[in-house]
Amino acid sequence: MHTINDIQDDIIEDFSMYDDWNDKYEYLIEFGKSLPLIDEQYKTEDNRIHGCQSKVWLHGELKDGKLYFFADSDAIITKGIVGLLVKVLSGHTPKEIADADLYFIGKIGLQEHLSPTRANGLVSMIKKMKTYGIAFQAAN
Amino acid sequence: MLNIPQIRADFPILSEQIRGKQLVYLDNGASTQKPQSVIDAERYYYEHQYANIHRGVHYLSQIGTDLYENVRRQIQQFIHAKHEHEIIYTKGTTNAINLVAYTFGRKFIQEGDEIVVTEMEHHSNIVPWQMLCEEKKCVLKYIPLQPDGSIRLEDAEQLITPKTKLVSVTYVSNALGTINPIQELIALAHKNGAKILIDAAQAIQHFTIDVQALNCDFLVFSGHKIYGPTGTGILYGKEDILNAMPPFEGGGDMIKTVSFKGTEFNDLPFKFEAGTPNIAGCIALGTAIEYVQQLGLENIRQYETELLDYATAQLSQIEGLKIYGTAAHKSSVISFLLDSIHPYDVGVILDNMGIAIRTGHHCAQPVMDHFGIPGTCRATFAFYNTKEEVDALVAGILKAKKMLS
Repeated sequence: MHTINDIQDDIIEDFSMYDDWNDKYEYLIEFGKSLPLIDEQYKTEDNRIHGCQSKVWLHGELKDGKLYFFADSDAIITKGIVGLLVKVLSGHTPKEIADADLYFIGKIGLQEHLSPTRANGLVSMIKKMKTYGIAFQAAN
Repeated sequence: MLNIPQIRADFPILSEQIRGKQLVYLDNGASTQKPQSVIDAERYYYEHQYANIHRGVHYLSQIGTDLYENVRRQIQQFIHAKHEHEIIYTKGTTNAINLVAYTFGRKFIQEGDEIVVTEMEHHSNIVPWQMLCEEKKCVLKYIPLQPDGSIRLEDAEQLITPKTKLVSVTYVSNALGTINPIQELIALAHKNGAKILIDAAQAIQHFTIDVQALNCDFLVFSGHKIYGPTGTGILYGKEDILNAMPPFEGGGDMIKTVSFKGTEFNDLPFKFEAGTPNIAGCIALGTAIEYVQQLGLENIRQYETELLDYATAQLSQIEGLKIYGTAAHKSSVISFLLDSIHPYDVGVILDNMGIAIRTGHHCAQPVMDHFGIPGTCRATFAFYNTKEEVDALVAGILKAKKMLS
């Protein structure tokens, strides 16, 4: 079983192959395009995270003690990053998610997308993923 | 004729490398860069002349007061105001509009009265009026946009009536570039007994403004959009109207005498300038205006029009690119969308190429709602931009299109 950090380390290794922004973003864009991330029924206003520019939807479900995420965005680069976050956090226990230190974003050089001023909804999305973790942890 | 290479050399930031690439700065509608002289003016003041202004008997305080008040006179002349005390320093356009909403609005606008704006206003010329309407139970109306991003005078004639107490319109749309027929709107407002505020935040840096010739009641703009420091701005108001308005913030500088029995307010312009202002910023704003005047606003207008025409022609050739805002009278703003690609994605790709544009709703959500879009990509040009930079933008857009399609 891969831990959250194992998955982060894998992504960091994947990205280490890309030495310029062009390749990195092409990967993100392709990754974003390949992801059927969320069922239309979860694209509700309740699940929408309000960024200023790109829209992000996030739905979380608890199954057998593990928390699973489904997410999407209307901007493809944001969707690529959303996909990475889901890949890292989904399928772990609420406690693991609540306690996770998401260091991979900085290591793969996408930290700028997490600036609150970017207004792309990613900061709020991470916060909401953690909130799901905390809430389900308390419910358990 | 402007000497563009020489002008570019005056702006140190323009030679910066962004992510290893030459910066192409096309976000001038959000804020303009600062020439060395403006940076030096602020620095010189702090290094050699700084002290708090007004009332100080000592040497530095008097120098600072003189510099600060000289800029007020300079701005009076720049916008052709009748009196220097009609020039009120503010923190910016937003602050200036709020000042009018809180003072003029609270005193002169009552239940059932109407305020008229346009559908193309920036949020700062919508929200203060909505807040006032909420409080006073007055009504906010807007002149609708046409498909090309202009407004029709027939609509304005329908909406501006004797019930209108205030018309508050932007001179130039920040999101679309439309230049509004403000001369006609001013006449229309006055014919109906209403006052009119002109938001010149996107106009002051592009062409000459004469408030007496226009005969507007208020005119507001920000310093940072005319190559000056952030946190500076101007409210121009006609003397008699400003005199009739109650003060905005209470505090030091805006009073004549204070006792616990009561306070006597100061005269114009100090009545509206409570507390220690952005002294260094205002002094450097004077330097910025001097810079613009030396280039000549008519030269600036001509050159920027030439750039806009070139950019419009070049961008129009990109397949799948749609320009929003195609009014006959436009300033150097191009808002566009590329196929169904999200503007955020285009902005990120351009950013990685060192090209700075703005993406999103540009704080004018009603404009985006009107066109049924979430936002646009917006390139805004200043006199230091070049045709080569337009070419770089075109190349960037083509690359973004290739990557994102």
